[in-house]
Amino acid sequence: MAAGEDERWRVEVVVVPKPGVNDPEGASILAGLHGLGSECVAEVRAGRLFRLVVLAPDATAARSAVGEMCDRLLANPVVEVYEVRSVEAAPAPPDLAGRRQGGGEDRG
Amino acid sequence: MIGIVTFPGSNGDRDALDAVRDDIGAPARLVDHRETELAGRNGIILPGGFSYGDHLRCGAIARFAPVMGEVARFSARGGPVLGICNGFQILCEAGLLPGALLRNRTLRFHCFWTHVRMEGAATAWTEGIEPGAVLRLPVAHGAGAYFTDQETLRRLEGQGEIVARYSDPQGNISHEHNHNGSLNSIAAVASPKRTTVGLMPHPERAVAALLGGDDGRRILSAALSLVGCPA
Repeated sequence: MAAGEDERWRVEVVVVPKPGVNDPEGASILAGLHGLGSECVAEVRAGRLFRLVVLAPDATAARSAVGEMCDRLLANPVVEVYEVRSVEAAPAPPDLAGRRQGGGEDRG
Repeated sequence: MIGIVTFPGSNGDRDALDAVRDDIGAPARLVDHRETELAGRNGIILPGGFSYGDHLRCGAIARFAPVMGEVARFSARGGPVLGICNGFQILCEAGLLPGALLRNRTLRFHCFWTHVRMEGAATAWTEGIEPGAVLRLPVAHGAGAYFTDQETLRRLEGQGEIVARYSDPQGNISHEHNHNGSLNSIAAVASPKRTTVGLMPHPERAVAALLGGDDGRRILSAALSLVGCPA
């Protein structure tokens, strides 16, 4: 499909350790929160948030493409689970071609 | 010929080359990660290091290096593959070994000498090492905690695919000596065919008294019998 027909979608996906998988980072953060007096926190699981801009004809296609990326790379199915949290229309990039030519930072 | 793959960020490739070629005396050569031809190799070593900066997960990006397709085919047809440290992580990410390696339970980088008890798995890389033998080998990793689901763990245990466990110098297994928090103290596992092995400690850094120990020779000397066999 020609990229020209696609729209830009901002997709957020969260990857966290599976239930039952040791998460020493989460445990360490929990201890830190308790140290600060936040005794109300019962559990912390530490993971990652990926914010992608995906070119796709519609939101469903964008979501499905990101799901495939998670299965193949963004998450390790042995130890992690992922959740596509949101798919929203992303604003057009500000004069992307001009910035590239000028060697400026591409902020997507 | 033993092929030792250099990924961007590998740092154990030259150590492995020196150990296998100069200390063990088996012909060995570095293989660039962009190569796609492994003909004539009798064994492949994926060395330690920080391939692709360990970005995303250790080994997650290296798994897609051009050479890995050929490593997978080599492994599938029974070619001996040894993954050391980051190489072990890459083999797990590539699905050539079961399980995954998670952050050490201490959240610290572990860089010290450990003992591992060999479990008697008759693999291509540990043949002749008697069950219960204790090797003293260095580790250098931040993500060495072996994890797999319970069903796979039962299979590994039941079929003798666990190659080595962290132990004390006498070979006793304990929580204390399981320094990184691996399931069942697992330090090394093998594929069902026993040809592909992943090992967290570094045998290539223990091949001479000058380095502090030479127990690594017990593993790497397998290279000698491998190069004597047709690929």
